[in-house]
Amino acid sequence: MAHIKLTEGLPGIRGLFAFRPETAKPLCELAEVLLHQPNSLSAADRELIATYVSSQNDCFYCQTSHGAIAAHHLGGDEGIVAEVKKSPVTAPISDKLKALLSIAGKVRKGGKHVQNDDIEKARKQGATDREIHDTVLIAAAFCMYNRYVDGLGTWAPQDLDSYRERAAAVATGGYQRIPATIV
Amino acid sequence: MPHIHLTEGIPGILGPMLFRPETAKPLNELAEVLLRGPSTLSPGERELIATYVSAENDCYFCQTVHGAVAAHHFGGNEDLVLKTKTNPATAPVSAKLKALLKIAGKVQKGGKSVLAEDVEQARQLGATDLEIHDTVLIAAAFCMYNRYVDGLATWAPDNPDMYRAQGARLATEGYISSTEAVGAR
Repeated sequence: MAHIKLTEGLPGIRGLFAFRPETAKPLCELAEVLLHQPNSLSAADRELIATYVSSQNDCFYCQTSHGAIAAHHLGGDEGIVAEVKKSPVTAPISDKLKALLSIAGKVRKGGKHVQNDDIEKARKQGATDREIHDTVLIAAAFCMYNRYVDGLGTWAPQDLDSYRERAAAVATGGYQRIPATIV
Repeated sequence: MPHIHLTEGIPGILGPMLFRPETAKPLNELAEVLLRGPSTLSPGERELIATYVSAENDCYFCQTVHGAVAAHHFGGNEDLVLKTKTNPATAPVSAKLKALLKIAGKVQKGGKSVLAEDVEQARQLGATDLEIHDTVLIAAAFCMYNRYVDGLATWAPDNPDMYRAQGARLATEGYISSTEAVGAR
């Protein structure tokens, strides 16, 4: 049971959005800019970063919902998502994304874990300042979303099909329409 | 030196915020709602939560600037801020704020560290659901801001007067205009 009284039947962060629309607005706008708006990093790459960090933080709701969105962007390939969560180094993804995931993993442990070497490695694989910036902020933001979702003890459905269905809507429509669909 | 090319001489989070105004907007709006929006927790209490979490995350810039905002709200009482950072359990703050700081400290470690009994304790000391929600989200948000600031190795000045001036400005004018103020300098 959630630590505070939330609307029943709204899973994960969605119950919290309904509880406090004033904070839902910037939280959804941040996700929209970082994960959905046009970017030189594909939506799939950015969702994989979000999924990997959420998985390292052991947040079931976030890793499952964003994993489903990543898979949707990858034409339904849930295998890649599972491999990235398990071991980004051996997953079938670009070297550039591997270097960015390594940075994201360090941000998750704490900002100071990111070393010049990590940045240099990503840059050598073609990562731009903007891509490095967005990787750090996606990882940092999911350290927030994950703590928000688990810190208030929210409910997460176990039925994976429900995540797949929502993923298709979010992958195409984005994050800013989420509060409107709840209220 | 920062990990990416940021405008020189811009302290802490303001560097990456100027670098990427699209994300600065929701980041500032979130801080504004959580720390200065209408709430039954005073702005000073909320800034103390932000400062404590930033101290636990060892983020020099965030704990110093938000510590200065908190001190400003408490009439310049920097000792109160220092005592809260060092040990919330013995700091001269209300029992309710102590219980909320305990929850915030657990969120800093990880969401699942928060136990039903922590929430129950806060509730028995008068905390409402909204106050518990906001405490958790302030703590979670500073786990983001702190990682953003340190993960990009931003520059932090060491002049305490700079932080006092910035703290007074943020306390009175708020977060929405924080990047505009630097951008115009």
